[in-house]
Amino acid sequence: MWTWFHRLASPPSFFRFADRLAPWLGWMGFVLLAVGWVWGLGFAPPDYQQGDAFRIIYVHVPAAALSLGLYTGMAIAGACALIWRMKLAEVVMLAMAPVGLVMTAITLLTGMLWGKPMWGAWWVWDARLTAELVLLFLFLGVIVLGDAIEDPRRSARAAAWIAVVGVVNVPIVKFSVDWWNSLHQGATILSFGKPAITLDMAIPLYVSLLAMALVAAHAVLRRAQVRLLQREARTQWVKALRAQEPEAQS
Amino acid sequence: MPSRDAAGGVAMKALRGIFSREIALLRMQILDAVLPLAFYLLVVLMFAFGTRANDPTLAGLAVSILWVGALLSALLPLPRLFASEFEDGTLEQWCLAGTPLVLIVALKLFAHWCLNGLPLAVMALPLAVMLGLESAGLGYLALGLMMGTAILTLLGGLSASLLVGIPRAGSVLPLLVLPLMVPVVIFGSGAVRAWQVGGDPAAPLYFLGSIFALAVTALPWACASALRNAYD
Repeated sequence: MWTWFHRLASPPSFFRFADRLAPWLGWMGFVLLAVGWVWGLGFAPPDYQQGDAFRIIYVHVPAAALSLGLYTGMAIAGACALIWRMKLAEVVMLAMAPVGLVMTAITLLTGMLWGKPMWGAWWVWDARLTAELVLLFLFLGVIVLGDAIEDPRRSARAAAWIAVVGVVNVPIVKFSVDWWNSLHQGATILSFGKPAITLDMAIPLYVSLLAMALVAAHAVLRRAQVRLLQREARTQWVKALRAQEPEAQS
Repeated sequence: MPSRDAAGGVAMKALRGIFSREIALLRMQILDAVLPLAFYLLVVLMFAFGTRANDPTLAGLAVSILWVGALLSALLPLPRLFASEFEDGTLEQWCLAGTPLVLIVALKLFAHWCLNGLPLAVMALPLAVMLGLESAGLGYLALGLMMGTAILTLLGGLSASLLVGIPRAGSVLPLLVLPLMVPVVIFGSGAVRAWQVGGDPAAPLYFLGSIFALAVTALPWACASALRNAYD
């Protein structure tokens, strides 16, 4: 088990591992996403209070969960990069940032679309909304810092610091609806005890959640692969890889 | 293993050295010390011109204007915080010196706050009077701003050491620092607002104090480690 783990941390074996795994994640993710969204948007029963408008939950909640999940993952990878100076952790951390940025943007946009009919306003200065907006800027900061410095290792470690320091924002987003009595509704699925949502609404939500996670994982792996190739362009294993696929060069 | 007195002596000597160096640098470039204060005055002035003459809403927004103005002004000198040390090789000497880098960095940040953050917090008082804030609440404003600018200096120190030696530092630094300052602004201005509505300003100030304690215990180490990163 541990030897497998250590071998995975070396760039060439990670590259091969990601190359085999990514298509599966991608296909499964997109198929499940189609299932979840068609089911949720077309067939789940309308909400007793919000009517059909609640259906945006099938986009909004998975994106929100992933924006937090990806930030946490990025901070963990960043901590690994800083503590153990793992090259792969740096690559994976930087690969997560743009995906997380997109997820956060989707969360904010769908939230605004949901807010207008429900609250009568596109935006309110409420704790959860502002904290999620801060998350957007943190992702942006990691991306900008990751690009700002020429030496890739130095820039990755600098970005890792921002990822690690910014992680204080994640629990603020997660628990903001419990701590502050805000306009945003409370937790629906990831709360303790019985879920506050009926099963025929919940199952498509779980499917969409899983699907979006798979799509995000696919995107992260592919991004990490590209980053590895760019970084290790002069190493033996990349040269061997290019020799294997002459048609890719032409 | 040096004795405690010897370690304290090293700290005092380093503190004196860094302080006199900062003051000497500031005396050579006296404008660097005055410009953020002038900028602060200008920000407040622009808000006043942006509203009608003698608009009463200005007094209602005064706390927010004063806080944002102070943070923006305190951001101005931050990108150059470690720049001259990096360029003339002092920073490399600090990394190699017998005195721990964390101590040097912490003292440098403290000196920077005394010469930049503290004047801004003091400057806020006359500006607050100009904006029509009642003078009895000014103590909470000043106390909050002193902690706020100190937290900004610590966070800015981390960002500045991450960006040391990068030409674009000036445009990237606010992007890294300001999102993390959100809770500080909320609690800092919250203290004055709590006083204005007759509430207890102690609770938001305690929150601010706990953020400050967290920042002051963690960030100098992060800052020192980030500075070493520049030489890997």
